[in-house]
Amino acid sequence: MALIMERIGIWVGAILTFAIFSFLYRDNPFYKIAEQIFIGISAGYWFIYTIYNILIPNLFTPLLTNFSANLLLLLPALLGILMLCRLIPRIDWVSRYSIALVVGTTAGLFFKRYLQSDVINQMNATMINPFSAPDLAATIGQLILIIGTVTGIIYFFFSKKHEGVFGGTARVGIFFLMISFGAAFGYTVMARISLLIGRLDFLLGDWLGIIKP
Amino acid sequence: MSLFQKLIHIDRRIIFILIFFGTAVPLLLVLNLPVEVTKNVKNVYKMVEETPEGSPVIISFDYDPSTKPEIQPMAVAIIQQSLRNKLKLICIALWPMGVQLCNEAFEQVLPLFPEVKYGIDYVNLGYKAGGMVTINHMAKDLPSTFPTDAGGIPIDEFPIMKGINNFSKIGFVVGLSAGDPGLKQWVMVVHDAYGRPVAGGSTAVQVPYLLPYVNEQQQLTGLVGGLKGAAEYEKLINQPGFATKGMDAQSVAHLIIILLIVIGNVGFFITKRTK
Repeated sequence: MALIMERIGIWVGAILTFAIFSFLYRDNPFYKIAEQIFIGISAGYWFIYTIYNILIPNLFTPLLTNFSANLLLLLPALLGILMLCRLIPRIDWVSRYSIALVVGTTAGLFFKRYLQSDVINQMNATMINPFSAPDLAATIGQLILIIGTVTGIIYFFFSKKHEGVFGGTARVGIFFLMISFGAAFGYTVMARISLLIGRLDFLLGDWLGIIKP
Repeated sequence: MSLFQKLIHIDRRIIFILIFFGTAVPLLLVLNLPVEVTKNVKNVYKMVEETPEGSPVIISFDYDPSTKPEIQPMAVAIIQQSLRNKLKLICIALWPMGVQLCNEAFEQVLPLFPEVKYGIDYVNLGYKAGGMVTINHMAKDLPSTFPTDAGGIPIDEFPIMKGINNFSKIGFVVGLSAGDPGLKQWVMVVHDAYGRPVAGGSTAVQVPYLLPYVNEQQQLTGLVGGLKGAAEYEKLINQPGFATKGMDAQSVAHLIIILLIVIGNVGFFITKRTK
């Protein structure tokens, strides 16, 4: 029985894969059906997942097993209920209290962490002596890192007109930015091809059995 | 219409067909193209190798099935190496579906290690919402952040969790990440605030945004990027798997794309000049 169910699952997966791929030819009813099935199942799945994996273990179970010790949990529960008031236009303003709390705490917490990791540590990592590197390749790499960082920052300095030496430096910064955009594009292509490989491995391996694991 | 004009106005569906066959054929006919190991991947491998036997380490499954082809091979390879080196694996997930993907990875690896026991050598603590807030809380009080494992069993019952109250005894954290929350948050809290080594694997899309953290400060000890990184890792542990098999297809597809870009650009400049 389990084997039959597994085969049915593989066939459904293969048919839905082809339905989605058919969009590459043009928009069509098969694609739309697959898309709607995906949206519907995702919504249902996440609804149940949230209840069983977030609300029950983090709120209902602690309150039901030891109410007095977990009284504090009523506060986030109340804020959650306030958030749901967005669905009722007449009192949707009360949801702003929950949103304000989330925005405030997130901003406070993230400010410190981002300042440390993305500003201070990144600056420290660029303040290096390139000539102390163990070999010529590393020295060149570190010089490129310093030049790229400095010229890139200069390009984003808009309080002075980009002309003369300053403009030339900013232009060098543009080259570094272009190279980084190219690298990002290359990595994106690689990622998408990897996903196609995953699907084809499923179709040719699990479904058709042409390639062995 | 000249040949180049025809080529730069090629129907996009022909490109799709070319990519489809360029990817499918190498999967059928194994070409065994060489895979060179890069420094960033070697650093992750070295970090795992140099961690003393018996050390507890954290592996975080922060991805879902949409990026499984890229990240799952890394997870399998890193788990395999860690178990071979007798490390104690504490697995968690900042993405809900990470829990199942963690179980799948262990199902694949465990037949190679029959002596490995759940609760003693590895544990799956499951998913917790909150991202960076969750990691921050783990740093202060790990048992209260994850009071039970993914199956609801209290963590006091697992020998692997004895004495683990925060990150101080953790050998390293490996974040397997497809976005936010993910590796960046692990770097920000575990390395930058608590000084513990962090390494990871990510989708290829994320690599340009994470590479700046592999720096002199060693915010990230190393980074396994995309399917290529996973293939490199499989080569390092000498266990070719899905990533190694997929690299032939990846290379051929990339060659087709490079060729199309070159044809498109040459065609563009030639037609521009003739105008």
